[in-house]
Amino acid sequence: MKLRLLPHPILTPVLALIWLLLVNSLSPGQILLGLILGWAIPVFTLRFWPERVRIHKPLTLMRFLAVVMYDILVANLAVAALILGGPKHVKPAFVRVPLALRTDLGISLLANTVSLTPGTVSAWLSPDRSHLVVHGLNVNDPDALIAEIKHRYEAPIKEVFEPC
Amino acid sequence: MLEMMLSVLIVVGALFTFIGSLGLARLGDFYTRLHGPTKATTLGVGALLIASVLYFSTRGEGLSLHEILVTLFLFITAPVSAHLLAKAALHLRVRSLAPPPLEAEDPSGGPRARTGD
Repeated sequence: MKLRLLPHPILTPVLALIWLLLVNSLSPGQILLGLILGWAIPVFTLRFWPERVRIHKPLTLMRFLAVVMYDILVANLAVAALILGGPKHVKPAFVRVPLALRTDLGISLLANTVSLTPGTVSAWLSPDRSHLVVHGLNVNDPDALIAEIKHRYEAPIKEVFEPC
Repeated sequence: MLEMMLSVLIVVGALFTFIGSLGLARLGDFYTRLHGPTKATTLGVGALLIASVLYFSTRGEGLSLHEILVTLFLFITAPVSAHLLAKAALHLRVRSLAPPPLEAEDPSGGPRARTGD
């Protein structure tokens, strides 16, 4: 019963917030409309979202987001320097990152994070989902890059969304 | 004071977006070129959007925050399109400076050999 009426408790406030940002207003009417949309959209699109998303450690999630923001900022400067320094200095490489994540959500979040942080783009996921192939712009030590991705991004995502 | 800050943010944003496009023109192969537009743009567009929030919030019509949505949508779409471009390039075996991953080299197990994916 609870599952039918409120299938995704996290999606509802997120959708309401997105609605408020879209209309750029905080009037009671818009808040109510946002909440109604946030309730109705998950109910009517239930079939597209078979997995129920649960956030287990909100604090870890916050810290993870802060780390990603910081990395985007710092590594952006590094990539800018690489581009300005000239194409002869870049050492591109493909690395295979073995995945410990198992759910669709976890893997897509990791792939997105890897692509957002400058210097790496996720390029290919093996059909059995055991490896993510990542293209690095300037890789001096592939093992260090793999270890960094696993430790910095994969571990917190696993902790927050797949605690088992 | 505010105008100074806005100008700095806009110039910084434009600079990083420009460096991103410069990477697109200067780097050696398809995969490294992919890094330019997905990367430098995050910081460049970020700085431009902060400038936009500051400008519209201080014009006296209340806080303006829907620039956050632009960031959100950009952060969702940019990595997905980059991933698809890279995946398509692996399938087509685009020339690469780096040795491509084993799957792409092996003719029997490579991405191209698999069908219905």
